[in-house]
Amino acid sequence: MAAKGRERPSGWYMVPVMTFFGVFAILPMVLVVYLSFTDWDGFGFPSLSGGGNWSRILEDREVRSSLVLTLVFMVLGWVVQTPIAMMIGVWAAGRQRNRAVLSSIFFLPVLLSTAAIALLWNSVLDPNFGLTQRLPFLDQFSFLGDRTLVIFTVAWVLTWQYVPFHTLLYQSAARGIPVSIYEAATIDGAGRYKQFFSITLPLLRYTLITSTVLMLVGSVTTFDTILLLTGGGPGTATRIAPLYMYITGFTGFEFGYASAIAVVLLVFGAGLSLAVTQLTGFRKMSSQQEGS
Amino acid sequence: MSITQSGTPMATPPASAGPAASVIGPKRRKVGREKPNYLAGVLSVIWLVLVLVPLYFMVSGSFRTRQEYLRDNPLKLPSAPTLENYESVFTGGFGRYFLNNIIVTVGTVAIVVALVVPAAYAVARNASPMVQRGFSLMLIGLAVPAQAVIIPVYLLINQLQLYDTLLAIILPTAAFALPVAMLVMTNSLRDIPAELYEAQTLDGAGPLQTLRNLVLPLAKPAITTVSVFTAMGAWNGFLFPLVLTQSREQRTLTLGLQTFSSQFGTNVPGLLAAITLSLLPIFFVYLFGRRYLLGGLTAGFGK
Repeated sequence: MAAKGRERPSGWYMVPVMTFFGVFAILPMVLVVYLSFTDWDGFGFPSLSGGGNWSRILEDREVRSSLVLTLVFMVLGWVVQTPIAMMIGVWAAGRQRNRAVLSSIFFLPVLLSTAAIALLWNSVLDPNFGLTQRLPFLDQFSFLGDRTLVIFTVAWVLTWQYVPFHTLLYQSAARGIPVSIYEAATIDGAGRYKQFFSITLPLLRYTLITSTVLMLVGSVTTFDTILLLTGGGPGTATRIAPLYMYITGFTGFEFGYASAIAVVLLVFGAGLSLAVTQLTGFRKMSSQQEGS
Repeated sequence: MSITQSGTPMATPPASAGPAASVIGPKRRKVGREKPNYLAGVLSVIWLVLVLVPLYFMVSGSFRTRQEYLRDNPLKLPSAPTLENYESVFTGGFGRYFLNNIIVTVGTVAIVVALVVPAAYAVARNASPMVQRGFSLMLIGLAVPAQAVIIPVYLLINQLQLYDTLLAIILPTAAFALPVAMLVMTNSLRDIPAELYEAQTLDGAGPLQTLRNLVLPLAKPAITTVSVFTAMGAWNGFLFPLVLTQSREQRTLTLGLQTFSSQFGTNVPGLLAAITLSLLPIFFVYLFGRRYLLGGLTAGFGK
């Protein structure tokens, strides 16, 4: 590196990270497509076997119903989690002492691992020894056993798990809004709710989109909470598509077919996040931000 | 940011207390007009209960004997607190899982930091298209969740003959933490003024010396953020250990919890003790460095 000064690092500084990322992240993305054209059962090295998995996937009712269920959880999760996270986030952005104390408690679930959360709720809702079975009113419900109720149960546990994270996003964004805007609005006579809808909400657009994309992609691919909480049951009542992929592969040893499902999920997730960012004009917004 | 005037939206003071408090209190940002936000107060108390009850159930349950757990009201304080559940958790192999978790977490963080600091330095100071394209490629990785490629990762680890080792967990965990780590680290190094880099050149320092004398000291906050983010992911990771290991000796905490839950069966207090223990280290970090922890968690996704 001559002319422009000797301090500048060469491209070699990137090589270790790119190699590592290439082998353990990029290569798997390519391999999953390859695997979707094989009959790999988990032993030996997979060899190509044609498009059988793909014609099968088109006719598989289980795939279709698990995708529909995934969409149900996605919509339910977004509708429930977004308002809660936004309200708490904006509320927690205030610098009052009591808010600081309370929000430090609100954020606690973020410390627990997925396994801890799923197993804790499993004990809380256990049909024989659970907490809910020993409380008045709640004891009449079979939260994990009823095929309809279980959907709301799972949605609730996911809410409990993920709302703190999204709250953090909204909190830091809301703290970035200049106080002077609110002061001006107060002088103009705008009340609290008017201020929320005409100042806070529009200025949180960027965060709303980030949070939405994370939720959408997450609900298409994440299944570990459900795996531990219900195992997809009762029956197939909570067997969302990524969980179906996992079970097909690691329980049924049909890794080729499971890979085909994984490809569908990857495309689905990427398409969703692209659609959201395009539809909301996210790109325009981020370039505006850079300009300012 | 609906700001309440009087500090306590939870309390329900008489209507006159709001303005009165703002007169007595120190200098406020907004004077007079606002009443306490009762709606926010009520909702936040409801949410508080929903968050705390399961956690209280977990901690208090872990100190109950099994008989007491089955007999008593689970919301009462334990009448005769006991440590026997914690003992049974440790005799159940928890110490080993704990150690494995520490190895996995430390190993993952070490790999990520060691790889990311020099690479981010190159991205911040080397405008060549190859370097910048490599960076863009990594950022695409932000959108690819590990779960969706768990099968090829399983194949890869098998082919590398790493199946059922701690390294099998460490390598992919580190790889999927890289995009966020690169993003955070690069942004931080780009914020270092160009003059400081140029001063290094004037002093006759090459890239390696600049990395040591300038980049490393100034990147400390970013390294903390990246470490926290990576460590949380590694400590709490479930899927890679589940799929890439099988023997008892290689089991991590999260996997251990799952084993406890099937092993203990009806021993709910035992399971609750195990869950509580698995949470403790992170809880202590949270107590003493909440800002770092929460900042690290949302790293790369903040505004």
